[in-house]
Amino acid sequence: MLAQAAAQDPGTGRGRPGPPLWLLLELTYRCPLHCVFCYNPTDFGSVGRELATGEWLRVLEEARALGSVQLGLSGGEPLVRDDLETIVAAAHRLGFYTNLITSGVGLTETRLQALAEAGLDHIQLSFQDSTRRMNDFLSSTRTFELKSRVAALIKKYRYPMVLNVVLHRLNIDHVEEILGMAERMGAEYVELANTQYYGWAWRNREQLLPSRAQLRRAEEVTARFRERVGSRMRIFFVVPDYFETRPKPCMSGLGQVFLSIAPDGVALPCQAARMLPGLTFPSVREASVRSIWYESPAFNRYRGDGWMKEPCRSCPERGRDFGGCRCQAYLLTGDPANTDPVCELSPHHHLVTEAVDRAERRGTPLAAEQPLVFRDHRAGEDSRA
Amino acid sequence: MRAVDAAARPAIGRGFRLQWEPAQEAHVLLYPEGMVKLNQSAAAILTRCDGVRTVADIVADLERTYTAAGLTPDVCAFITLALGRTWLELLP
Ligand code: SF4
Ligand code: SF4
Repeated sequence: MLAQAAAQDPGTGRGRPGPPLWLLLELTYRCPLHCVFCYNPTDFGSVGRELATGEWLRVLEEARALGSVQLGLSGGEPLVRDDLETIVAAAHRLGFYTNLITSGVGLTETRLQALAEAGLDHIQLSFQDSTRRMNDFLSSTRTFELKSRVAALIKKYRYPMVLNVVLHRLNIDHVEEILGMAERMGAEYVELANTQYYGWAWRNREQLLPSRAQLRRAEEVTARFRERVGSRMRIFFVVPDYFETRPKPCMSGLGQVFLSIAPDGVALPCQAARMLPGLTFPSVREASVRSIWYESPAFNRYRGDGWMKEPCRSCPERGRDFGGCRCQAYLLTGDPANTDPVCELSPHHHLVTEAVDRAERRGTPLAAEQPLVFRDHRAGEDSRA
Repeated sequence: MRAVDAAARPAIGRGFRLQWEPAQEAHVLLYPEGMVKLNQSAAAILTRCDGVRTVADIVADLERTYTAAGLTPDVCAFITLALGRTWLELLP
């Protein structure tokens, strides 16, 4: 992936960073759905006015001039913006590879045709996700038909059918049904990604973290399914990092390859970074993408390894995982410069294992414990919305 | 793996895009959420895979351009690898 292409002296981080190869535009936080577990910031109601079309186009030009190549268009629901086609067309002309990340709500044939003509390269149909929506997906014919219609449209326009489902404690026991639905929809790629604990998901972490047994079962079900469908449907299963002993190399290091622009124009080195204390993230309304990327203190803060504390500072692995995720370090330990507690070398690793143990003790949550319980879809179709 | 037919006409695979990136001074192959930076010989071969030229044409063109001979095995090996990764597809 982009990580390899961008690997340039990540161990020492000396010298100028490479270009922001991956540009993500979060075009809007508006969304026709209201997922309780949305990764969007919990205070998004207070985020400022959305950028206008012309402002997004300027961001595209400036980022492309720096060397950005991959463009993600997400939200909220990006289809809420009626200038999406204009943005895609401009991006395509500039030489971006354009990826649309959508819930599919609002993706009519008219719009898809216009997007395809504008040069859209790729679509990812996402369930990022509330239990309610998953419940609908599994139990309501109407919702399933809507998703299937979108899936058929995506295929009609010759895009690969890529489905992304966010897993958590409340839906992970339904992996078999989820995969079955994906198969019936004709998905060619399915990503089962476990929730990352930021934003809404952080607030709900105690309800969302699965138990080890749930995780193991889900992996087994996935493996069996994979065997049956073969290459017809490729399934990726992403284990939540709380169950690991080393952190993920988050974003190949902050400020190395990834640049995200929030709906109000605030530039971030990762979507969750707005929470990091003591940093003022610049807005594309006030500064050029070039100066933001190369010169702003916020983007330089966690480059290289000068900011690291022990045990990362002297760890031979620091060039591989960059000490993990700053947001996770901050959320769990209160100091973003600490080692990501997912790492078993972190003095705070117990915070992660304790959360996992608590999840363990809570048992399997399908019953009364949760207000957001699945209906048993086999008991009949639920047509009440 | 079966050897590539000299009369086959390779083209860049669906969903992939080949382009020159000034910022990296290299050709790159773009695909969903990813990118491969190509070395010169890979780029020399892939830029000729336009779905019109046959493998034999491509070899002949490369041998002419680089005043080299006997490139067939190397080119075929690379094309086989690229087909395996779906960077290329063969047109009928
Ligand atoms: S997770 Fe996605 S679909 Fe759900 S509310 Fe947030 S933006 Fe909308
Ligand atoms: S101590 Fe830091 S650098 Fe070493 S493995 Fe853990 S997170 Fe990575």
